[in-house]
Amino acid sequence: MAAPTVIHLEFGGGAELLFNGMKEHHVTLPSQSEPWDMKQLLVWIQQNLLKERPELFVQGDSVRPGILVLINDADWELMGELDYQLQDQDNVVFISTLHGG
Amino acid sequence: MSQEVCSLKKQLKEKEKEIAALKNKLSQLERSHDLTQQLHDKVTPLTPLKAKPALSNEDIMRYSRQLLLAQLGVQGQLNLSKTSVLIVGCGGLGCPVAQYLGAAGIGRLGLLDYDEVELSNLHRQVLHGEENQGQAKALSAAYAVRRLNSTVECIPYHLQLSSENALQLIQQYDIVADCSDNVPTRYLVNDACVLSGKPLVSASALRMEGQLTVYNYCGGPCYRCLYPVPPPPETVTNCSDGGVLGVVPGIMGCYQALEVLKIASGHGSSCGQQLVMFDAQDARFRSIKLRPKQAGCAVCGENPSVTQLVDYESFCGSAATDKCRKLNLLSKDQRITVQEYKSVLDNAEPHLLLDVRPLVEVDICHLPFSLNIPLSSLEEKKSEHLQLLRERISQLKQQMAGDCRPPVYVICKLGNDSQKAVQLLEKMSESDIDSITVKDICGGLLAWAKRVDPTFPQY
Repeated sequence: MAAPTVIHLEFGGGAELLFNGMKEHHVTLPSQSEPWDMKQLLVWIQQNLLKERPELFVQGDSVRPGILVLINDADWELMGELDYQLQDQDNVVFISTLHGG
Repeated sequence: MSQEVCSLKKQLKEKEKEIAALKNKLSQLERSHDLTQQLHDKVTPLTPLKAKPALSNEDIMRYSRQLLLAQLGVQGQLNLSKTSVLIVGCGGLGCPVAQYLGAAGIGRLGLLDYDEVELSNLHRQVLHGEENQGQAKALSAAYAVRRLNSTVECIPYHLQLSSENALQLIQQYDIVADCSDNVPTRYLVNDACVLSGKPLVSASALRMEGQLTVYNYCGGPCYRCLYPVPPPPETVTNCSDGGVLGVVPGIMGCYQALEVLKIASGHGSSCGQQLVMFDAQDARFRSIKLRPKQAGCAVCGENPSVTQLVDYESFCGSAATDKCRKLNLLSKDQRITVQEYKSVLDNAEPHLLLDVRPLVEVDICHLPFSLNIPLSSLEEKKSEHLQLLRERISQLKQQMAGDCRPPVYVICKLGNDSQKAVQLLEKMSESDIDSITVKDICGGLLAWAKRVDPTFPQY
């Protein structure tokens, strides 16, 4: 049984508006036998932080198009995307792409 | 004799110098004589931009403070003078880009915008002035750049970039700055840059945030590598809906100009595989390492499926403008016009006017007798707001003595959110709240200001 995982979540580019306008969230993911991965984190966010209009955040088992995910200041594509295994104290950012000018 | 020859030679040389200076002045004047006549409404071939052999004394004086930088130097300055840059969009981003590239001595600036200057642009689109209202933005920007540096060749294009003209246009420029304001144009510009092999310096801004990346540069990713699928249209917020603090696109546009100058001078940009994010609220810049160029990318990958420009409005499911969409969710009998609502008021018919805009917009202006409950509160069924609504409906019922379905009219800025609110309220009627007859006021407060009360503010 692994210890609970503490991670730092951030939302930006307007994605924070789906979370009561709160940009930063320190969360503790409950202990489980296997390490948490991003796929499970998305489900956890949906169940615990995101109460309304999930279609503006997720699509299928991933984030919706137009949201970029960053793990410890790097594009999650470099980290294994949904399969990335979260480490204690990881920093995960969900940023909505801006189009205005 | 030899003294006379020397003197004549000297005089001749001076005259030649004078002639060259006059020619130079004449060509500059001719070039900038009347930009209006040069306003392009279609793409035409340009003469190639010639490299300057050397800096003139005037150049040396004008650019002296940047010539002193080892990172630029004379060669960098000469490189700028032979570079052409296309600026797509002369708005909040495009203005500072054009301004700083012009000031720095870029050779040629293509200034593209299909729109005209409006009063609500001026807080962020700082090259345009009050006297330019109604004028093509491309032209207004060109005039402003000319005032700043008449040696820069400006080509204003008053047209909408499209699949038909984008390749022909972009092929004629060395670097492209995406300063547009909508999703289809961003994909169009990206694909045209990939297909013509041009670096794309792209920025965007909304509310209090900005983002910047250089695409298709030195083997790095393109916009599609990052965003292979366009966002659902209902998740996209534009500046006229979400708002933007003027200085935020100003900062991002300056950043964009910086990266263009680094590429044009030969120094090179380091934003090729990087996303720069700016948060004005926390006064924080962050640089994120992005994925490399994707082998499976539809346009820059190994087996591209996009080999020519496509229909970007249908690809993205939205229009290539930042003007607001008009929803049509209700039937005719669920809506009334502003004139019809005016007669409800004139006849003193008992009713409730519900304004569903966010509080920040209600503070800008509202009809004095309206009740404000934001759409988001209705969606979340916020208890204090539902309670307020119930009270007002029961008061209305008492007033009407007998009518069991009192009328509720819903209004917002443009008439989109109010339609959603009507749908919600119809579902809530008889369950969460007493039964009501609920109708949308078509076109919202903007229509009210335009057709009923011209003294009511528009925003």
